Amino acid sequence: MTDHNQTPAEGDAPKRKHGASLLQLTDRTKRRNAAETRFKAYGIAAIGVGLLMLVVLVTTIVGKGLGAFQQTFVTLEVALLEDKLDKNGNRDIEDIKKVTTFGYAPIIRAAMETKVETLGIESALKGKDMADILSKDAAATLREYVIANPDQIGQTVEFAFLAQSRVDGYLKGRVTRESIANDKNISAEQLDFVDQLIEAGTVKKTFNLAFILGADASDARPEAAGMGVSMLGSLFMMLVVLALALPIGVAASIYLEEFAPQNWLTDIIEVNISNLAAVPSIVFGILGLAVFINYMHLPTSAPLVGGLVLTLMTLPTIIISTRASLKAVPPSIRDAALGVGASKMQSVFHHVLPLAAPGILTGTIIGLAQALGETAPLLLIGMVGFIASNAPDSIASGLLSPNSAMPAQIYEWAKRADPAFYERAWGGIIILLIFLVTMNTLAVILRRRFERRW
Amino acid sequence: MSFVKLTASTLAIAAVSATAAAARDQVQVAGSSTVLPYASIVAEAFGENFDFPTPVVESGGSSAGLKRFCEGVGENTIDIANASRAIKESEIKACAEAGVTDIIEVRIGYDGIVFASDINGNAFEFTPSDWFLALADQVVVDGALAANPNKTWDQVNANFPAQPIQAFIPGTKHGTREVFEEKVILVGCEETGALEAFKAANGGDEKAAEKSCLGLRTDGVSVDIDGDYTETLARIESNKDGIGVFGLAFFENNTDKLQVATMSGVIPSTESIATGEYPVSRPLFFYVKKAHIGVIPGLKEFAEFFVSDEVAGPDGPLAEYGLVSDPELAKTQEAVAAEATMGGNS
Repeated sequence: MTDHNQTPAEGDAPKRKHGASLLQLTDRTKRRNAAETRFKAYGIAAIGVGLLMLVVLVTTIVGKGLGAFQQTFVTLEVALLEDKLDKNGNRDIEDIKKVTTFGYAPIIRAAMETKVETLGIESALKGKDMADILSKDAAATLREYVIANPDQIGQTVEFAFLAQSRVDGYLKGRVTRESIANDKNISAEQLDFVDQLIEAGTVKKTFNLAFILGADASDARPEAAGMGVSMLGSLFMMLVVLALALPIGVAASIYLEEFAPQNWLTDIIEVNISNLAAVPSIVFGILGLAVFINYMHLPTSAPLVGGLVLTLMTLPTIIISTRASLKAVPPSIRDAALGVGASKMQSVFHHVLPLAAPGILTGTIIGLAQALGETAPLLLIGMVGFIASNAPDSIASGLLSPNSAMPAQIYEWAKRADPAFYERAWGGIIILLIFLVTMNTLAVILRRRFERRW
Repeated sequence: MSFVKLTASTLAIAAVSATAAAARDQVQVAGSSTVLPYASIVAEAFGENFDFPTPVVESGGSSAGLKRFCEGVGENTIDIANASRAIKESEIKACAEAGVTDIIEVRIGYDGIVFASDINGNAFEFTPSDWFLALADQVVVDGALAANPNKTWDQVNANFPAQPIQAFIPGTKHGTREVFEEKVILVGCEETGALEAFKAANGGDEKAAEKSCLGLRTDGVSVDIDGDYTETLARIESNKDGIGVFGLAFFENNTDKLQVATMSGVIPSTESIATGEYPVSRPLFFYVKKAHIGVIPGLKEFAEFFVSDEVAGPDGPLAEYGLVSDPELAKTQEAVAAEATMGGNS
């Protein structure tokens, strides 16, 4: 703009040092322009590398994890024999419960043999080896059904049982005849048998809702493991974090920003809040173990404790972002409120806080997303292991009975011996990422819609 | 502010339920990561077949588990510690000091420790001496103790290929490490005559000599793995020359990536371990706090279920997963039923 009055007419170049002109390219200008072009190229290259990483990451995760959302099922018609399941024949639930899952194995084997006969499949396999292509979860599924529907005893009911993880891997291309040469869990003959069943339409790969909603399973049946219960664990932890970190964080920031006198004490507090934000999360885990579990005697592995620990971790993030958004509200708003006779508190709660709310919410959501993906502190308070197996039945038990969390569950699966768990770990990452992306998108949308600039 | 109300009510619920939580209704187990898969299989079956909730099984290593076990009696301490080795005198003492006096020791079976390498690499037939010569800090060279000069396996044993020595062994917090030291390194130390040499070097002190035997080289040839077997497997996948120490069950789940080496000419399998032919095996245990029986619902039932024939027997799910079932299982069952504590005073 200031150049305006000296915009050169033809041949009327302003006098500059070295006789240079903006329009005449000297060596120096060329070098500066070249430097700028180079810098742009570096920038584009940096973004390119970043994007490439993202693409590699996403393709790897999706490529390795998508398989977990599909599972192989074997359809069988099971005759629920009365003499095996209810010897007294009086349908007393206590009697039926006495038959353990081990007692159901012969029934499933018989169903398998019948199926093979009706389909006319020729196989040299023995009944037990045939039934071994089923998951060990099959007996549990069956028993649960019988206990829930004792009136079905004596009938023949169709079930879709999970296939064992090797068979599932075979349908997904993870397991081949070469790779199982030394494997004692499955033989090439069993794979031939599976091929025959696929042809007959008995073995099918379908979408597996149980992976998203189910509970963790033991090492003997990776095919039955699901994320559902650990998702609830994460949910309850996030509720605790939200219920504690948001009010405490907002109250602390309002006080520090609007009411606190500026002196050395508040300076120290401010510096420490910033420092706390940089403390590694494992430190909060140790703190949680020492204070909440060993000193306060809260139950181990409980989402309540996990939530408390993550609250400590999230507080600085929330305080910092809240203070930033309070600062962004122009002083004229406060002055106007005070000018028309509002008290300090009225000016804050009626005017400043509502205007800062979008920023606070954004900060809170990002803080929650960070807490949702956190594993390290959970290791120390006992939320890793074979834990996410009981779905909570009430809010209290959701907070207090042992549970895992999504990232801890993924970590646990990645550790286990069976390669099928590895696939599920990647599948779990997909679910976790979907949550994180959703939360971050929500934060962006809130900011876009409600944020005001002055 | 509605969130204030929300907070207040959540806190109230939490406070009320915290008092209600005093009665824990599920069994809590922690300890050895080797026992973890077995314990989780049993816990799952227990939850399915009984009206008790599925027990919670955490890992962390034998020592860590026993440490938590010995923290005291009460509902905020664990009921069962899994261990891939027997409890130590010092741990029993620590337990007693914290008031944990009546401990029921339950042996669930045996587990083999195998040496495995990349499936496409060289096959090995080891003896304990080979491992000692490969990994010890000091070995006997020309009749005198010297720093271990071996860099490739053919220097250790002329029958082996010229593959660089690279071993991934369990870290010291693992129970597996102790078995490896005791059943492989120490035996090798004796066989190669290094034990005698160590004894001579420090005036006949056998304990000190054994300790010297267990001094492993620190020049990067032997790497301690503090994580789980999956980490060892990942190391071998990235370094094809590596040979790792695994549990038998882990190896059997990963036969497409690993080949197993024989030890003293015996192929490790549940059969060869059961007969005692395969030398590197160890018993697996869990320890039950007797004071918790009757307080924590399902604790005794869980312990009994764990060692019942249909679970821990030779045809049970644990044996299927890779546990070598205990020939004296009946005795263990009796002891658990009678709640026989260690030291025999029950």
